[in-house]
Amino acid sequence: MTTVQISLITPELIREHGLTPEEYEKIKQLLCGREPTITELGIFSVMWSEHCSYKSSRVHLKRLPTRSRRVVQGPGENAGIIDIGDGWACAFKIESHNHPSFIEPFQGAATGVGGILRDIFTMGARPVAVMDSLRFGPITRSMGGTPATSTLDIPKNHSLLEGVVSGIASYGNCFGVPNLGGETKFEPCYSGNPLVNAFALGLVRKDQIFYARAAGEGNPVIYVGAKTGRDGIHGATMASEEFSEASEAKRPNVQVGDPFLEKLLLEACLEAMQSGAVIGIQDMGAAGLTCSTCEMGARGHVGIEIEMDRVPQRETGMSPYEIMLSESQERMLLVAQKGREHEVFRVFEKWGLDAVEVGRVTNDGKMRVLEHGAVVAEIPNEALTDDAPVYKRPLKRWEPPVPREMPAYIRFGEAGDLTGHLRRLLASPNICGKRWIWQQYDHMVQTNTVEAPGTGNAGVIRIKGSQRGLAMALDGNGRWCYLDPRLGAMHAVAEAARNVACAGATPAGATNCLNFGNPEKPQIMWQFSQVIDGMTRACEELEIPITGGNVSFYNETLGEGIYPTPVLAVVGILDDVHKALRPDFIEPGRAIVLLCGSEPGDATDAEAEFGSSEYAKEILGALWGYPPDLDLEKEAVLQKILIDMAQAGLLDSAHDCSEGGLVVTLAECGFARGLGMNIELSSQDLPAEFILFGEDASRVVVSCDPSNLPRIQEEAVKYGLSADSIGETASERVEIRLNGRLVVSAEIGKLRDEYECALEKALWADVETVTIA
Amino acid sequence: MKFGVIIFPGSNCDHDAYWTIQQVAKQPVTFLWHESHDLENCDAIIVPGGFAYGDYLRTGAIARFSPVMEAVGKFAVGGGLVLGICNGFQILCESGLLPGALMRNVGLKYVCKPVHVRVENADTPFTNVCREGEVLTIPIGHMEGNYFCDEATLHELRREQRIVFRYATSSGDIAPDANPNGSLDNIAGICNQGRNVLGMMPHPERYSEPELGGTDGFRIFQSLVGVMVER
Repeated sequence: MTTVQISLITPELIREHGLTPEEYEKIKQLLCGREPTITELGIFSVMWSEHCSYKSSRVHLKRLPTRSRRVVQGPGENAGIIDIGDGWACAFKIESHNHPSFIEPFQGAATGVGGILRDIFTMGARPVAVMDSLRFGPITRSMGGTPATSTLDIPKNHSLLEGVVSGIASYGNCFGVPNLGGETKFEPCYSGNPLVNAFALGLVRKDQIFYARAAGEGNPVIYVGAKTGRDGIHGATMASEEFSEASEAKRPNVQVGDPFLEKLLLEACLEAMQSGAVIGIQDMGAAGLTCSTCEMGARGHVGIEIEMDRVPQRETGMSPYEIMLSESQERMLLVAQKGREHEVFRVFEKWGLDAVEVGRVTNDGKMRVLEHGAVVAEIPNEALTDDAPVYKRPLKRWEPPVPREMPAYIRFGEAGDLTGHLRRLLASPNICGKRWIWQQYDHMVQTNTVEAPGTGNAGVIRIKGSQRGLAMALDGNGRWCYLDPRLGAMHAVAEAARNVACAGATPAGATNCLNFGNPEKPQIMWQFSQVIDGMTRACEELEIPITGGNVSFYNETLGEGIYPTPVLAVVGILDDVHKALRPDFIEPGRAIVLLCGSEPGDATDAEAEFGSSEYAKEILGALWGYPPDLDLEKEAVLQKILIDMAQAGLLDSAHDCSEGGLVVTLAECGFARGLGMNIELSSQDLPAEFILFGEDASRVVVSCDPSNLPRIQEEAVKYGLSADSIGETASERVEIRLNGRLVVSAEIGKLRDEYECALEKALWADVETVTIA
Repeated sequence: MKFGVIIFPGSNCDHDAYWTIQQVAKQPVTFLWHESHDLENCDAIIVPGGFAYGDYLRTGAIARFSPVMEAVGKFAVGGGLVLGICNGFQILCESGLLPGALMRNVGLKYVCKPVHVRVENADTPFTNVCREGEVLTIPIGHMEGNYFCDEATLHELRREQRIVFRYATSSGDIAPDANPNGSLDNIAGICNQGRNVLGMMPHPERYSEPELGGTDGFRIFQSLVGVMVER
């Protein structure tokens, strides 16, 4: 081959491209001994970046279960797909956009949503829901826990939260996809490293799925969508290193989104797919044109040749290097049937979008890039994909620097009135209502939303033209994973699935977003490996395959890492969406039952587990011990009987006990209709705080017609669960007694106001009066 | 009798309105492309919600120049029924079919939630199955819903009873607290002099089926269908 660009590849240049000297030697080997051109060096740099190659995580990810009878497409494509019955399938995936969102919150978060939406519709699926999992540093001074944060970070965290939320809102609202909520949590460790994980789900007929696969020598390769600019060059490489003060200078690496263009691209792509002239299609996300070209070629075992001069450009004088590495948004690459190109062109013209033939499919398995007809890069596809480095990085067992036993200075006395503590918990940033966030998201467009955000368990949508519905939930508890990565990851799976089951849906598949620090540190890699082990174990036990996801390493700023934070999105199927359960109590005089699959441990266990609770963090300002114990067998049974009971119509409501424990959960059940309750609990010789605010796993509060009580208890006991009747719903007052003594007494309306307005108050925003009762 | 739902590039509530008319109201309905001058003999036109042409300029400012809006203008002048929902309301104002303008919400943020609106005039083709003073619950979802017009226009709207919906409390009080966007006089929807063109910020198609949380929005479609049958 002839190279038109003569360049000296210096060690500095290699280092700037994030490649090690060993990796560079391997590149030369794969190029049969010759030096790469500068364009080729850029291409290797992005394809071999951690973000694209999964070089540190790949050996571990293999352990995850990825199959079931429902899985149509597992990991390796743009999104996973499961069969949901009636000829329908759903494509879903979660992806991080942490680094860009820290540098430029609005655009970083917006393009995170844009990217995940393209991953869905490139499979032929129309996106019908998005959700987000967000993590920020403290937004109030009162937040306890470790390590201490400078109060100077608080205004910065406010602006990050504001920027991220408006970015997500702006993109999703304009695109026209409902946002069903998700979760937002605050911990000091995310102060310099916010997490923005975006989930999207789309519907596709099972026989109309498209894959990112090129085929057929001579078939035209067509570029569609937005023009290519200089934005986002090396975005993938940026996401593969730690942050320092110099990161501010990387703002130009963050792409700028155009949701309107993406909406047009969606309609045009789906219409073009309908024509039957499209063979394969892939979006240009991380690593842009480079990634889509070599991956489509590799999957189809063919080559692709593209000519730079034909690529639509919005800036002049762009070099092949820049064109190949640009991460401009809202672009797709597709392969059409030769002779039927015009059908594709016609559709894109109708929607006012660029569609240009930029190359063709070849039979040599290489990615060839031409400029003015001369070759500037020629690399075997495998060199960029399968032959990318895989590292089995060293692991080192790690202990969090926190006490494992309850500190001696913490003592619980005779139980007094705990109403004040309940109110503080309800108003704490991790527990309080997130209305301020989700009201900025259009959660009703497409008219499918059965369960809107803010109601508690999972987002639920109906499927038009079918009785079926889908429930989806996002969960992850970084603090628990910090204390015990393996157990914490098991909880993430169990809780997301439990939330789906609380809506009455059967969990059918999951996607994961794994947010970690620097994988070159053996302790971080150990956390990662532990998390994968825990996730594998829980997914196997609960029979939930992982159909894909995303790994985000290097979430460190100035050497300060985040808690290991795996986030799980679980999707469940409702055979009859009209039987979806909500968390809300429906009227006074109904029985309240605590379904429970966890055994009460002894006092020492209880003390150790209480240290991981929100109560310990918020009220005591301390962190110690372990996450709660989790019996996966019991958890599986709990979820199964919940779904059965929902199907049988035995329950009025179901709500999972999580942050804040039993009493917070009970209060949440009363908010929607302003219902109070009379509850009787017994202390089992433990401190009152443990009973009220402890976060034991596998517990669900259900309410029902009192006449259904015997059947519910009988079912539960049959499967080895407990189902204690703990009280009944009432008109307005919340009264909770422990061993007969009143420990909580409040008006539900007052509690709700504190819960609903806390976030607004914390952000100094205008507090809106609740107008919908 | 037939409904037409306009599709602009960036419309995203077009399919929702279509579904409600076809599947819930059980009426014939067709999509109308923004580049077409032909309204295909439709008897009522829905200008749906969304972000026509991206709305990066003032909302509706580009849509008013589209060929289809030229046709809708003529249709409206001839007494044809036109319902603008959300972005559709903004487009009708920009097109001059309705007076006033929709500015950015006072809170400066997009707001999506169910709100209460009081029916101020039940004698229109869009509200004839409602009672005057009745409170409906219908969701909003917008960034620019803050209705504004000059004194004289407001006076005229009041005098001619062209304010059709106002944001209210659940008991029907027109209170500042019930106003989600700072709208002048709590205005949520207005009609033209001929009462054949209605613009409203709330999305009736979003509360037209019980599983979606409410059915008050369907009253608007029911009213329209009733009128069309009579015609």
